[in-house]
Amino acid sequence: MRIVVLVKPVPDPASGAERLGPDGRLERAAAPAVVNGNDEYALEAALKFVEAHGGEVTLVSMAPANAPETMRKALAMGAASGVHVTDPTLEGSDTVSTARVLAAALDGLEFDLVLAGVDTSDGVSGVVPAGVAALRRLPYLSYAAKIEPDPGAGTVRVHRISATGFDVLEAPMPALISCTQALGEPRYPSLKGIMAARSRAIDTRALGDLHVDGADVGGAVTTTAVVGSRPPEARAATRVVREAPEEAARQLVAFLAERRLIGAR
Amino acid sequence: MAGIYVIGEVTADGHLANISAEVATLARNVAAEGGQGVSGIVVAADPQAAAEELARYLPRVLAVTEPAAADRPWSMVAAERIAHIVGDDVREFEFVGAGPDGRDLAGALSALTGWGVLGNAVAVTWADGSPVVEMSVFGGKLTTTSRFRTDAGIVTVRPNVVTAQPADTAGTVEPYVSEEPLEQPTVKVVERISEASAAAPIEEAKIIVAGGRGVGGAEGFVLVEELAAAMGGVVGATRAAVDSGWIPYSQQIGQTGKIVKPQLYFALGISGAIQHKVGMQTAGTIVAVNRDPDAPIAEFADMVVVGDLFEVGRAVLAELRSRPG
Repeated sequence: MRIVVLVKPVPDPASGAERLGPDGRLERAAAPAVVNGNDEYALEAALKFVEAHGGEVTLVSMAPANAPETMRKALAMGAASGVHVTDPTLEGSDTVSTARVLAAALDGLEFDLVLAGVDTSDGVSGVVPAGVAALRRLPYLSYAAKIEPDPGAGTVRVHRISATGFDVLEAPMPALISCTQALGEPRYPSLKGIMAARSRAIDTRALGDLHVDGADVGGAVTTTAVVGSRPPEARAATRVVREAPEEAARQLVAFLAERRLIGAR
Repeated sequence: MAGIYVIGEVTADGHLANISAEVATLARNVAAEGGQGVSGIVVAADPQAAAEELARYLPRVLAVTEPAAADRPWSMVAAERIAHIVGDDVREFEFVGAGPDGRDLAGALSALTGWGVLGNAVAVTWADGSPVVEMSVFGGKLTTTSRFRTDAGIVTVRPNVVTAQPADTAGTVEPYVSEEPLEQPTVKVVERISEASAAAPIEEAKIIVAGGRGVGGAEGFVLVEELAAAMGGVVGATRAAVDSGWIPYSQQIGQTGKIVKPQLYFALGISGAIQHKVGMQTAGTIVAVNRDPDAPIAEFADMVVVGDLFEVGRAVLAELRSRPG
């Protein structure tokens, strides 16, 4: 199977250092970059499929010029190669531009499946995978908790998490699937993988290479803008209760009743 | 047409999703503030019931019959149809829930129309002819205010931003029949499976009782479930508890799970690591029981009980049960 995984370098949410620059855009230099959490689950699923059915995994990333450092970690997990779309025009892109560029980047690739994380920890809007699928007219199967490709039949089945359980979806391949953590823990890169990743190719493409008109995408045509920001309202000081369980429970329940979170006595 | 459109989401049994009643209430308030028109649109194989439910909140609802929605994923079918119906208008803003269906719809509709998306709104107002959208970003560390730079756009709205409130008078439902067939998506819904554990969507819960690594095992979650039941809440969990197989992924809160904003978050055996905190720190009230008074959760909870979660949890259960009514 040939599988493309869309990966995004994001500021490490665990660093606690994410912040906006004066222009209201994400300040990428403020925090160390990591592979977006949900994308790692997508990559893990992809690697398992190529282990079971043969084939290889290609990463596709639209990101600033230093992204290959982050992409190396995904290559070290076992992806065979990467495509890095980078162009000064793309700075400050919104989700519309991102979907357009990623859809164009898929044009030159052959694949059975495209996998992506359901959302990214920096923007969290969770709209890009559906956008790419709509632009490319690819069957779109989202919020996957389980993926079962059948290369012989040329179809794929997905368990999509629903409000009340899950829906079983089926589509012909090629298809685009958005992936959740329910697919299973991503592997750690092995030392061998890390060594091998150093020599794997990351193919850099600019907008011109993708036949995308720079007037249609990027910061200059962004549809949205952050116009202000403030810290959230500070919470009141924490009340610490150290009494024995019965007394502590009484105080806790009284506190909830006071705030009308449970019925008043 | 101009103004605000609320895209009604439909449950598997044909009713209006709870989130859509909240989105409609918010949109009605925003429209009143901005002197704008507001309408609803329901796209389904049989839209009538959900459209009538949405019309309790809005003056006018289009009920769009779309046979393809019967056994195809709703979001792609609805996005195609809505793009056909309203895509020619350049001054309008679509509001939809920020759950999986709403996000999928927003992504597809955005791609088809070129409209921007402001995602996960926690508050929306109106100024200078367009919505002003507040979002909570970086795991609640910052609240941003965003605008569209174009005359149309899509806003996805988080659950529990407002309480659903019907309008004083119910609106009208207008059937809409399209002459133009849609290109059928090739994805089929083969089967819909319900799981009791996921019956109440955790994003919509007013009260969440959540357990972490400290709960120690699936048996420990029995107490968490009893407390949730006694409080009329829903069970949540950290990634550690989900990865250990004690509770399904559908209940996971945090960076790779759900982001929730209940009125009460009751945390048992949860240290409050950043990956979990980003999913719950905007809760109205946070109460934690933890053995360690220096756990990170003590820095952002409203109340911390220092003690054994089983002893305290059982005592809380007894105290709740001893209350009249």
